[in-house]
Amino acid sequence: MTPRTRLRIGATLAAVALAATACGGSSDGDDLGSDDKKPTFASDTTMGKIQAKGTMTVGTKFDQPLYGEKTLSGDVEGFDVEIARLIADELGVKVNFVEAVSKNREPFIQNGNVDIVVATYTINDKRKKIVDFAGPYYQTGQSLMVRKDDSAINSKDDLAGKKVCSVEGSTPAERIKTEAPKALVTLFDAYGKCATALENKQVDAVTTDEAILLGLVSKKPDAYKVVGETFSEEPYGIGLKKGDQAFRDFLNDFVEKIYEDGRWKKALEKTVGKVQDSLPEPPAVDRYTSA
Amino acid sequence: MQLSTVTDNLDVYLEGFVGTLKLTALGATGSLVLGTVLATMRVSPVPSLRAGATVYVEILRNCPLPVLAVLLAFGLPKLGPPIQGLSFFTWAVLAIALYHAAFVCEALRSGVNSVATGQGEAARSLGLTFGQTMSLVVLPQAFRTVVPPLGNILIALTKNSAVAATIDVTDITNQTEFVINDTVDPLAALAGAAFFYLLLTLPTGLLVGRLERRTAFSR
Repeated sequence: MTPRTRLRIGATLAAVALAATACGGSSDGDDLGSDDKKPTFASDTTMGKIQAKGTMTVGTKFDQPLYGEKTLSGDVEGFDVEIARLIADELGVKVNFVEAVSKNREPFIQNGNVDIVVATYTINDKRKKIVDFAGPYYQTGQSLMVRKDDSAINSKDDLAGKKVCSVEGSTPAERIKTEAPKALVTLFDAYGKCATALENKQVDAVTTDEAILLGLVSKKPDAYKVVGETFSEEPYGIGLKKGDQAFRDFLNDFVEKIYEDGRWKKALEKTVGKVQDSLPEPPAVDRYTSA
Repeated sequence: MQLSTVTDNLDVYLEGFVGTLKLTALGATGSLVLGTVLATMRVSPVPSLRAGATVYVEILRNCPLPVLAVLLAFGLPKLGPPIQGLSFFTWAVLAIALYHAAFVCEALRSGVNSVATGQGEAARSLGLTFGQTMSLVVLPQAFRTVVPPLGNILIALTKNSAVAATIDVTDITNQTEFVINDTVDPLAALAGAAFFYLLLTLPTGLLVGRLERRTAFSR
């Protein structure tokens, strides 16, 4: 960029800013120069309440590379984070991220600590009884990660007598017990511990959703590799309070909307796309009847 | 929140109860032995021993136990194969024993300081060595005065053994996590955990009280 063009851009920005300030008094709170109106909702709906608060509180993972990760600088980034930001943007509110770990997601929703949970949260029947899910907005599958120099484990069928690590309260931790019944399962509270234990040879494999494993590999490509085919379907949903049908419909509609207008794909390319070449197609929204 | 969350999973809790009992027994024994050695070092006439024990105590008691447990369990195996083979249970016992030894040491040292200096002087003038003075004269009297604080440490140790759950060792806390995941009823599951911890700590308190009365000085 030449100094001249930089100057020109600077001038344009200044002009826009001036224009925005100038009309700030007349238009009520519209975004700078953007003409798409934020929909307003009745004050007794969850959407309306969030708009009244001005902030949406979102539970997300802080330790899940590519999905929800708090960086050393304090920013939260990842695909889940992008989805949450898009929802907040739709409502015209700010987002406040709080850390959700696998075992506190339901209490967070039930107690109203968070408005929604977007935290690599697999939709399953057990959880459907406690909370409602919008989406799925993403689908992945369970896979295996081993030490880079390990040639003995190539699929889940090689796991008999091997130590396999996963995270407490996660769906993959349950499934590996049936998929590889002879494997010895070790469960920690964070994937980072599993990865370290793998490096230390304290365990022989780590199992969870493939995309999460790819995130770990992206941190230490010389130490780990992902092997074998995926052996499950993990649809990630947006968790919300049970029985809040209006909010759920809004979120479902919104997920379909960002599928349509390309914002979903853009968010995916920006995050998961960094390590995965072939990105998955958007899964169909499941408007199941909440029991 | 349902009572059946606990009653349906009694076997799961029981397995955890046994685990916590093992961790507590081994951790308490280890910390008592190491703590006694450290206390002896801290009152010994050798400056390097005193300094070593002081450094140990100040580092161990000022570092949170969960941090210590993870540092030990995932850090030390980096040293190589023989240590790599140690089970997570061993690491949990080590973390619990090493951590509480610092507190045992300090409790014992206060006990040693409460023994009249004339006792030690008398023992030395009879020709006992430092080791004999400590083991035959001073420590037996010191232990009596520190039964209540040692009881406190034992109860704290029982509850602190929950740190083992962070490195996947079967104990009450770890088993409770399974129950939470299985039932999605965290409040009842945790109330169950509290019940099983009380089942261990309340009798401990009673036993310590009895021991205290039995070992009290007759004045």
